[in-house]
Amino acid sequence: MEKLKIADKEFTSRLFIGTGKYSSNADMAKAIDASGSEMVTVALRRVDIRNENDDMLAAVDRDRCVLLPNTSGARDGEEAVRLARLTRAASGINWVKLEVTPDPYYLLPDGGETLKAAETLVNDGFVVLPYINADPILAKKLQDVGTATVMPLASPIGSNQGLTTRAAIEIIIEQATVPVVVDAGLGLPSHAAEAMEMGADAVLVNTAIATAGDPAAMAEAFKLATEAGRTAYLAGKAAISKTANASSPLTGFLRD
Amino acid sequence: MSEFAQILRDKKLDRQSPDTSTMIDNITTDQVRRHLAQPPGRYSIDRLMALLSPAASELLEEMAQQARQLTIQRFGRTVQMYAPLYVSNVCVNSCLYCGFNCQTEFSRTRLTIDQAVKDGKVIASEGFRHILLVSGEDTKYVTNDYLAELAQRLREDFSSVSIEIYPLDEAGYKNCFDAGIDGVTLYQETYDRDTYERYHIAGPKADYDQRLDSYDRAARAGMRRLGLGVLLGLADWRQETLALAEHAAYLMKKYWRSQVSFSFPRLRPAPHVAEEYEHLVGERELVQMMIALRLCFADAGIVLSTRESAELRNNAVNLCVTRISAGSKTNPGGYSEEDDSTEQFVIADDRDPSEVAKMIKRAGREAVWKDWDTSFTA
Ligand code: SF4
Repeated sequence: MEKLKIADKEFTSRLFIGTGKYSSNADMAKAIDASGSEMVTVALRRVDIRNENDDMLAAVDRDRCVLLPNTSGARDGEEAVRLARLTRAASGINWVKLEVTPDPYYLLPDGGETLKAAETLVNDGFVVLPYINADPILAKKLQDVGTATVMPLASPIGSNQGLTTRAAIEIIIEQATVPVVVDAGLGLPSHAAEAMEMGADAVLVNTAIATAGDPAAMAEAFKLATEAGRTAYLAGKAAISKTANASSPLTGFLRD
Repeated sequence: MSEFAQILRDKKLDRQSPDTSTMIDNITTDQVRRHLAQPPGRYSIDRLMALLSPAASELLEEMAQQARQLTIQRFGRTVQMYAPLYVSNVCVNSCLYCGFNCQTEFSRTRLTIDQAVKDGKVIASEGFRHILLVSGEDTKYVTNDYLAELAQRLREDFSSVSIEIYPLDEAGYKNCFDAGIDGVTLYQETYDRDTYERYHIAGPKADYDQRLDSYDRAARAGMRRLGLGVLLGLADWRQETLALAEHAAYLMKKYWRSQVSFSFPRLRPAPHVAEEYEHLVGERELVQMMIALRLCFADAGIVLSTRESAELRNNAVNLCVTRISAGSKTNPGGYSEEDDSTEQFVIADDRDPSEVAKMIKRAGREAVWKDWDTSFTA
């Protein structure tokens, strides 16, 4: 299957994985392995990024996976920029998943602050992957300032509700010039498949895997679903029965 | 090479090729049916190829029904009215197909600002609030300052002013935009480099790439409406449509604040032009092209001028047309002067605007005279 290209990196797997909420780092390592994922996000506030031996970092196979630091916990653009810069200084990683979530309950992203921070970080040389509400106009503005992807949420983070923002995500996919990664709210492998069937370039899953009875098995299920959805998208879906409503002919005036 | 020129080259669409023709000819009715079964309104080059194919011609009625439904869904039952105002028929170019060609001899006319405003008053009295300023490539007289001043004056009577003139640089477009001009119509004429060269033998317009880049400049300057088209008759219409669609898709994604529309100028008899054209487009093909573009671009404007016959226009308003001109005069001063100066081409629908509006009403549509106001932007 053709690869996904983000900035200067290519990915075979289109499933990105989060690292929060696992009951142990061992479970997490097994789940990441089973997912086949090559992009793993990690919350900066959770790890000591300087320290290769940090428990969580040590559990991620860095040869196979790109580590994508995220700015979760940032309440405004300035905080997010500061977090990103600190990480880069400590780790040399200049990729960042930009999350600005002032609301501590639903963790919904602040579009205005995200746009401001994205512009600053892009100008600063970062590869920026912004987490956003499924807002087509915001997605366009972000790609205009040079973000490497857009990552609209499928439903509120951790809610496992699936694609409640489907109509808006369809518009984002149709119009985007950068890869679209559906992030947050995917609760079941079928949700991931649905997003991929719609033409999303990748999906990001955390809670649904981390809190499953058997995270590794669920990770594998998501892997298969993501691949199935992508294959279906590429195959071109068959028609849902649709015959034109017969009405008075519109082309009768044309003479051959 | 500019970004879009590169895209065209990569997709092998800046030169027509027998391979592409064969590919389109080999498309089967089944393939077309499959594309028609997908939700209409989304562009992919495969879909457009299928819809333009000879095989699709057999399914034209089904395509037309879809195009009509989609147009109503996205635009409502409205058709916007506009009128062209020719301000100068002086031109430094020699496009072989055009009556304003600098090598033909006739007495040329340029309208002073006052004369143009006078024509504008006549147009406004007919009800129009959208006006399109048209001129040959007359850079000496129809300057930036001329356009800006004229636009300012016309704003008393018109809520939107567009231009269909020679390409400007970005500062020029910006200048126009600031003066209240919010739309630019420009035809690449043909996307096939060889044909382009053959028909544009001298003058600044001979530079294909310079023209191709103009759309980016206009969009960057903030123009709200970008009108695209090819001159139908110069090269194979199917391949031209593919290049045109790529251009539209590129502009829509990159300059997403501007609305793209398509026009379908078919070559018409023109004074002083004795060219014979190899690729003249028939009515059925024209309709297929309009419908195919609609089915790939749900939100694009589809414009039909008075080059087309009354009968075609009566029917096209029910297909997918969103904007229509009426009562057009294609000679400078044609609205207010008795004495006719040379026309750019001969119009085919000479009904006056109120008759066209009535026709639109009879077709179950609503003629809209004003749907924008320049004072929002300038
Ligand atoms: S098509 Fe335009 S540029 Fe060419 S000769 Fe006619 S008026 Fe001049």
